Amino acid sequence: MSNIEERVKKIIAEQLGVKEEEVVNSAAFVEDLGADSLDTVELVMALEEEFETEIPDEEAEKITTVQLAIDYVNANQ
Amino acid sequence: MSRRRVVVTGLGMLTPVGNTVQDTWGNILAGTSGAADIEHFDASTFATRFSASVKGFDVSEYMSAKEARKMDLFIQYGMAAAIQAVSDAGLEVTDENAPRIGCAIGSGIGGLPMIEKNCDVLKNSGPRRISPFFVPGSIINMIAGNLAIKYGFKGPNIAITTACTTGTHNIGQAMRMIQYGDADVMLAGGSEMATTPLGIGGFSAARALSTRNDDPQRASRPWDKDRDGFVLGDGAGILILEEYEHAKARGANIYCELAGFGMSDDAFHMTAPPETGEGAALSMSNAIRDARLSVDEVHYINAHGTSTPAGDIAESNAAKQVLGSAADQVRMSSTKSMVGHLLGAAGAVEAIFCALSIRDQVAPPTINLDNPSEGCDLNYVAHEPQQAMIKAAISNSFGFGGTNGSLVFKSL
Repeated sequence: MSNIEERVKKIIAEQLGVKEEEVVNSAAFVEDLGADSLDTVELVMALEEEFETEIPDEEAEKITTVQLAIDYVNANQ
Repeated sequence: MSRRRVVVTGLGMLTPVGNTVQDTWGNILAGTSGAADIEHFDASTFATRFSASVKGFDVSEYMSAKEARKMDLFIQYGMAAAIQAVSDAGLEVTDENAPRIGCAIGSGIGGLPMIEKNCDVLKNSGPRRISPFFVPGSIINMIAGNLAIKYGFKGPNIAITTACTTGTHNIGQAMRMIQYGDADVMLAGGSEMATTPLGIGGFSAARALSTRNDDPQRASRPWDKDRDGFVLGDGAGILILEEYEHAKARGANIYCELAGFGMSDDAFHMTAPPETGEGAALSMSNAIRDARLSVDEVHYINAHGTSTPAGDIAESNAAKQVLGSAADQVRMSSTKSMVGHLLGAAGAVEAIFCALSIRDQVAPPTINLDNPSEGCDLNYVAHEPQQAMIKAAISNSFGFGGTNGSLVFKSL
């Protein structure tokens, strides 16, 4: 597992209040991990902070699963 | 048609002297002060460097870490007190009764810690970094709102905000909603966590706080000639109010009846009462009339008693004016001498103390009252609690803006 993948999963687990083993790559934030719309906004902010990047709103809306979050960070590092 | 009666069937609280009703009441009767040096922020440059704050609160007893992060401390405190009260009342929510259960729970100031934090974020990192939970996590009606979501209470859901009278007004209006028929059960009270840099700094600027930094536990001393202002406190109090027949039908434990509610305004000054106490007197007499009691049946008054010179004399004068010769017999104490001033939660925790004073037939003490100041000559229950027949007890709250509220509790 890459360092980025680990860091992304750790943040998702913390932000959504779920166990790290539940944060599998295919998991969707809303359907699988119990997030609501405000949780996902806060999650994106936490990712921005961790990776010192700025995710535009139109990009943020597309990040709906663990894998998509990992892909986004990998592509924008 | 006779008026629907309202009784108290559940209690919950967090205070500077205990995180449950039982612990708090034990410490109140023992005369314990909850004031201490401020350790939750660096107060070294502040004129007042102590507060009466909640100690050792473990939010995980009441909710998940994820939920807690979305609620400022005053909401967490309010939720904790409400969860205790629902459990104490043995209240079961069903599809049938849910539309008849509501909440009236306020706060004087609301989410000051989150406001301060997000203001810093805005200044230092820009608007994109403001938390999406800033607004729902800090606005005042979110104790009531979150409780409705947690338990499924579908009845009236409100949050009255009237400074230091908040708790009392929420309880009084909840009583009216039950009397009028809008609900059968109401969770009512208030919560506060405003001992932050802005809160302490703001009340200091208004010259409202004691600056007895070398001896915090002796700082709150209502009616004592050496008082120098109030001690800001944190906490929450929630009462379960219930229509009498409803409570009887389910076999609920009944602490006492909430028999009367009165309101008034001083129409005088933003922060100070008139020395005559006429606004306070009008509030008390309205409440006694509403309770259909005679003044000699009022045996205990839990005073607003903040330990400010103007307020102390005004409330003493008000009690004499309302009770007349019965003022010689009444016991009037200020539990703020121990828990400090909980602002929007004050009326709620003091209402609970009144309910317990009736249950246990004991008037809680006013600590630190060594030398009553001139004109303060009632029985203030100095230092030690007093066992006494208490048929009815009044809880008074008076707030900035001159807004007053009084509740009358009585034994069934």
